[in-house]
Amino acid sequence: MLAFTIYLSFAGALLLALLPSAWARASRVIALLAAIAGFAVGFIAFTQAGGGGSIAIADLPWVPQLGIRYTLAADGISRVLVLLTGLAAVAGILFSWNVGDSEGDRANEFFAFFLALIGGVYGVFLSVDLFLLFVFYEIAIVPKYFLIAIWGSTRREYAAMKLALYSFAGSAMVLIGLLAAYAQAGGHSMNLQALARYPFPISFQMWAFPLVFVGFAILAGMWPFHTWAPTGHVAAPTAASMLLAGVVMKLGAYGCLRVAMSLFPHGLDPWGFTFLGVGSWRTVFALFAVIGIVYGGAVALVQNDFKFVIGYSSVSHMGLVLLGLLTLTQIGIDGAVLQMFSHGILAGLLFATVGRIVYVRTHTRDLGALSKLQLSKAMPFAATLFVIAGMASMGLPGFSGFIAEVQVLIGAWQAFPWFAIVAGVGIVVGVAYTLRAMQRAFFSDTPAVDANGAPAPVPEYDPVTWPEIAGTVLLAGTSLLIGIYPRLLLDVIAPAVQALPHALLTGGRG
Amino acid sequence: MNALVNYGDLFKVTLPETILEVISLLVLIVDLAWLRKAAQATRMAAACSLGVAGSAAAIAWIVGHPERMSFAGGALVATPLVNAVQIGILILTALVLLLSVKAEFSRNPAEFVAIVLLATTGMMLVAAARDLLVIFIGLELLSLSLYVLTAFAKSSAQSAEAALKYYLFGGMSAAFMLFGFSYLYGLTGTTNLSQMAYRLSGEATIPLAVVASVLIAAGLGFKVAAVPFHLWAPDTYQGAPAPVAALIASGSKVASFALLVAVTEGFVAPRSSETTGHSLWIVLLLAMAAGSIVLGNLAALVQTSVRRLLAYSAIAHAGYMLLGIAANTAQSGAAVLYYALTYALTTVGAFGVIAIVERATGSDRLDAFAGLSRRNPLLAGTMLVFLLSLAGIPPLVGFWAKFNLLAAVLRATTSTSWSLPLVILALGASAVSLYYYLQVLKRVYVAKPTQTAPLPVSFLELATLTGIALAVLLLGIFPGILSGWIPLG
Repeated sequence: MLAFTIYLSFAGALLLALLPSAWARASRVIALLAAIAGFAVGFIAFTQAGGGGSIAIADLPWVPQLGIRYTLAADGISRVLVLLTGLAAVAGILFSWNVGDSEGDRANEFFAFFLALIGGVYGVFLSVDLFLLFVFYEIAIVPKYFLIAIWGSTRREYAAMKLALYSFAGSAMVLIGLLAAYAQAGGHSMNLQALARYPFPISFQMWAFPLVFVGFAILAGMWPFHTWAPTGHVAAPTAASMLLAGVVMKLGAYGCLRVAMSLFPHGLDPWGFTFLGVGSWRTVFALFAVIGIVYGGAVALVQNDFKFVIGYSSVSHMGLVLLGLLTLTQIGIDGAVLQMFSHGILAGLLFATVGRIVYVRTHTRDLGALSKLQLSKAMPFAATLFVIAGMASMGLPGFSGFIAEVQVLIGAWQAFPWFAIVAGVGIVVGVAYTLRAMQRAFFSDTPAVDANGAPAPVPEYDPVTWPEIAGTVLLAGTSLLIGIYPRLLLDVIAPAVQALPHALLTGGRG
Repeated sequence: MNALVNYGDLFKVTLPETILEVISLLVLIVDLAWLRKAAQATRMAAACSLGVAGSAAAIAWIVGHPERMSFAGGALVATPLVNAVQIGILILTALVLLLSVKAEFSRNPAEFVAIVLLATTGMMLVAAARDLLVIFIGLELLSLSLYVLTAFAKSSAQSAEAALKYYLFGGMSAAFMLFGFSYLYGLTGTTNLSQMAYRLSGEATIPLAVVASVLIAAGLGFKVAAVPFHLWAPDTYQGAPAPVAALIASGSKVASFALLVAVTEGFVAPRSSETTGHSLWIVLLLAMAAGSIVLGNLAALVQTSVRRLLAYSAIAHAGYMLLGIAANTAQSGAAVLYYALTYALTTVGAFGVIAIVERATGSDRLDAFAGLSRRNPLLAGTMLVFLLSLAGIPPLVGFWAKFNLLAAVLRATTSTSWSLPLVILALGASAVSLYYYLQVLKRVYVAKPTQTAPLPVSFLELATLTGIALAVLLLGIFPGILSGWIPLG
């Protein structure tokens, strides 16, 4: 049944692509219905499947001559991420409700690309056959380009091209690894589980693992390959930023875990020598992850464009995900998957606040300009929302981010004590940049003064609309719910993590 | 050709070619006898429909007679793979003719169609030939027809320049190739490829064979536009009338790659020998492949003319296919032909869109495509499909063909020493290629149109292009459809 998340999204995209442009106003309704239907399917499957175990969805021969099959299945990790995708899709459409208000919006195309991207993302999370997974992974690249290049803002064509080329370069690296693994294993099967059982020689894994890992990690925003992320997030229209940070970066992290680490667990083993104190790919990438956490936070601290603050914070948060994965411990990987979910929700919420609720009313994202607008009085809804989202994002107890970050840090403490300490510092930096942005954008009571020195009055803005409230409630409510009762997700994630290849959870210690 | 010629067999093997020849004469007669006073458009439509009908008849004959045959000691063969390639060539010709119905470059429609059919005959002979003499005759028939076709836009100086360049380069490379063939004949005493492989296998490296390899590589490298024999391609693609450029980029490429597969099988000694993978021929192919992949993709980055861009992209694609030929296994040969056929199909579609845009805007520069998605969404959609398929984005057939080809190269036991680095080069370069395909698509979808009026397209052209785009999509989603014709895996 879960396969219908994919079919519904692509069917919606096709319908919208063929829709006459005179019907532009209907397009957002169609898109919303398709997204809600996909979300509903994902949600029902999530509740029905209960705890652990992988549910098979489809298994049909596709290209029998090459051993490629159309195999879909969903274990706990997939189900959680499918749920996240559904949430992000629905919220993204709610926060793009203004697309289609005016003639030149090309709303049909916008929502068609949006749903095509969503369909690809669902597909990646559900594929078991690696060929299929790769097909969906690449399907998700092209819509991103057009969403940003056509509907974006700041330097949109540059940002879109950069993002597309980074993604495509990453996927080329992944494809090299997959082809090599496929040929090495005899070319009988592309099934992930079958290949994971094949004993690839250690020397093979030692080069294939970093290649595939980096290929995916580019999309997860790993330092130093993260530079597409801030520019892309800033240039993208709100809904696309929400999707980019919310689910597309998760594709990368998911690929790292599901493909690179599961297929080549011995690539994480020590090299047998140390270079500058670094003795394995695991340490190299964990170091990159930690640098990303601190660096992303530090850069976010000095940005003046509100969206850049959120963009760099995404790099920082995704660093935590990667660090959690590389701990190779149950609790660390649990935390990483939970952090994927949590960050997907919160990044969506933050981008919606900044890019949609505030920007469409003030037409500026500059923190200096915003600080003169007395937004806490002029837009109390947005101010409250940002306080909630910001607190959740900096990891205050009671929100989803806290549980995830604690688990990652505990895992990291067991594996790399020093990195855990530095990552902890990075989280403190996260508090700092969030508070700084919050203070300057919303709570800086220094109204602009006119020529006579009289303070400007509190500006009047359009009231909040129903789609904005609905999207907010959806995302903030989910974060709060998971924060209060994290077992809702953890009980599903943990069995799936346990079921990962044995060599993965015991690996890296050589 | 020692065997006694059996004319019954000859007639059977070459009946599809004969059909094309007869039709090409018929086209001329019909035009001359009944349509002299008719409007230009009617004459073109009549000539093209006859050509399409002829291609269809030839396809029907091949499909109806799938038996294996070989004629005159193997000078011409009809294996399932050769049949598949011939059918592919005929389909491509028919598509090119369908897309040229509205073309306005020529006042002599019947001559145009007749020569296109002659070129097709040449392609089909080249695909089936396994004898040096027949190969050369087929190639010359093909090449001479293409030279004439390139110059067909008589009022265009560019067309004449392109034809002259194409002709000079082509004549020179044909001379090289013939010279190489003569050495081979001198060495082995036979012109038959399979006997030649047998006689060459026993010998150690013969200096004369080295010279022959280089000469033949130059000749065939010209036909497939591989670096360093690629210089004609950008000018010819740019100057030739659009349907002719499509034909050069599609059918002619397919035939040349089919020939290259056959020559490589014949040239490299039987596969049992250990040293085969390192023979000079393979080294030449690999050097041409690496050069084409790198230079084609890099040069395409800076083009502002979409036709030149496609020419350099064609050079890059030729590089990928040469890797498959160098691997020289049954699978990789089939994978190359699959790649060549699907690539050709996509390119015909892309040139169809270019022709329409050119007719409306008078230019093939990138900016001429600005805002196409708003002027004609369906046409823009087909261009999206074609270019993304060329870039190798799933679920389009270009991705599948590339995957199949590179998997075959990596799996071949003949290529273990070089396969991984060159596959990495190919995939890395294809990541670069996305940039220039997106440059076109950026104009089509992102840029503001300079004119807002809808772009007129005739129903026939739009239907043909939509059909090609659907084929590109469906072949990508269900790659197994063709496996009855071209074996996979």
